[in-house]
Amino acid sequence: MEQNFVYELLGQEWYGIAIVSILPLLFVLGYALIAILLELKVASWVQDRLGPMRTGWWGVLQPIAEVLKLLQKEDITPDAVNKPLFNLAPFIMFVAAYAAYAVLPFSSVFVPAGIDLGLFFIFAVGALAIIGIVMGGWASNNKYSILGAMRAASQMVSYEIPAAIVLLAIASLAGSLNMQEIIAQQGGGIHNWFIFGGEGSILGKALITPVMIVMFILYFVAALAETNRTPFDIPEGESEIVAGYHTEYSGMKFAMFFFAEYSNMFIVSALTAILFFGGWQSPFGDFLNQTWMHPVWMVSKAMFFVFVQIWLRWTLPRFRVDQLMDIGWKTMVPIAFIGFFAIALWAMVR
Amino acid sequence: MAGYFEKIFSGLSTTMVGMKITLEHLFKKKVTLQYPEKWHPIHSGHMPANSRNRIDVDMEECDGCNACSRACPVGCIDIEIVKVAKSEKDVPNIKSTGKPRKTWVTKYDIDFALCCFCSLCTDACPTEAIQMTTEFEYSTFHREDLIYHFSPLSAEEVEEKKALLAKEKAEAAKAKAEAEAKAKAEEAANAKEDTDSKENSN
Repeated sequence: MEQNFVYELLGQEWYGIAIVSILPLLFVLGYALIAILLELKVASWVQDRLGPMRTGWWGVLQPIAEVLKLLQKEDITPDAVNKPLFNLAPFIMFVAAYAAYAVLPFSSVFVPAGIDLGLFFIFAVGALAIIGIVMGGWASNNKYSILGAMRAASQMVSYEIPAAIVLLAIASLAGSLNMQEIIAQQGGGIHNWFIFGGEGSILGKALITPVMIVMFILYFVAALAETNRTPFDIPEGESEIVAGYHTEYSGMKFAMFFFAEYSNMFIVSALTAILFFGGWQSPFGDFLNQTWMHPVWMVSKAMFFVFVQIWLRWTLPRFRVDQLMDIGWKTMVPIAFIGFFAIALWAMVR
Repeated sequence: MAGYFEKIFSGLSTTMVGMKITLEHLFKKKVTLQYPEKWHPIHSGHMPANSRNRIDVDMEECDGCNACSRACPVGCIDIEIVKVAKSEKDVPNIKSTGKPRKTWVTKYDIDFALCCFCSLCTDACPTEAIQMTTEFEYSTFHREDLIYHFSPLSAEEVEEKKALLAKEKAEAAKAKAEAEAKAKAEEAANAKEDTDSKENSN
């Protein structure tokens, strides 16, 4: 089921492919600006401040100023670093973050690459970010960088397991790894979303909804840990190891790390929306479920979870390393297993 | 086992409590004051009357006594004076004392780059000419711009006053010299008279 309005309009020629691959990039650029502003404003409002107010109306142009500042900063490559790896690391980070957009369904008629293994692919390229982090940390030739990189690697490896089990549970529920297929099964209104167990009898839904909520929390926590955001920001804990793996980076290369973090935030939020909250499906069944409304639903659902991530960042303090491992291995993995079995059972009997 | 679930539950519930608090603060009234557009300490009347800020000198009160300059611990006040010539008419009075001024203050410079806002000059001033104001926003791009010139006299006026005084002094000196010469002559004449009379008596 190849669904792509660009290919239908232009045909699958080189220019069609170019447009399809550039469209998400344009989206990410615009999204990053909004996310930076959201982060600044939420941070300051939570702290009873007003935040940036001078650039434009209520400081709405502040992200543009920040980007311009990053662009004109000096791009320092320290003498003692391993130059090829040092220069490569931020690009690997960004490529890993951007590659995930290839399978992200923005609408029923637009997914850059509608492959059947979408869920698996998004997870695989997400894991690629670890290589960028370790590469950057090791090549920097700095104790803080390597400590941050080691922390990041251990954290992301541990938290990928519960996230993978949750993904597996959803795959068993939907019977597919194709994200368009998963979203299509959640149509028909809010009660058919996977957070309420998908389509099925009311009694069955009542039984499975608590399990799905637990799975949602597990996935969201694991996603937070994978994007290295507070309370899981120990790889870049400012008070302990300066800035972790990007201590030595400056200017444009630092901006790439920054950009990758923000695109990853959107990826995991969009994935949360796809897995549990119906992706581009309208919450009101057929009402407002036209094709042109699909991206609106998709992006607004994902942006809500981006907001929740920012909200959590300004609420919770950072975990200790031992607490992080405790939560990951002793709490999340066993619960995810139990939840997986419960959902697999539900998928069989419903 | 119960402790295990208790730990998970307390972890989640305390997270919810924290999120509730931050959400409340998200929509609370903000404490930031938009200085200087919407809130200004001077215009909103929040500056204390005796706050130590930029100094202002009322030159109608100042008689150039130099007390402030001597009191200044950093030496940021630079004063030069010219005496008022006797022949000058319409010399303004010192406002507070009502007595005519004895000196023209030809230079009264305060270097605010040096000033430490200790307020010792205002205590030293006999006429309360030098005072602290509430003005605190006077940053400049050049250090020289922080030297404030308070003297109301222009360079020409200063020259005029100096010339007048010099002339008067010269006249006075001349008169004195004349008087001295006269006195000497008289003395000499007296002495001569004395000798003459002595000679006569002999």
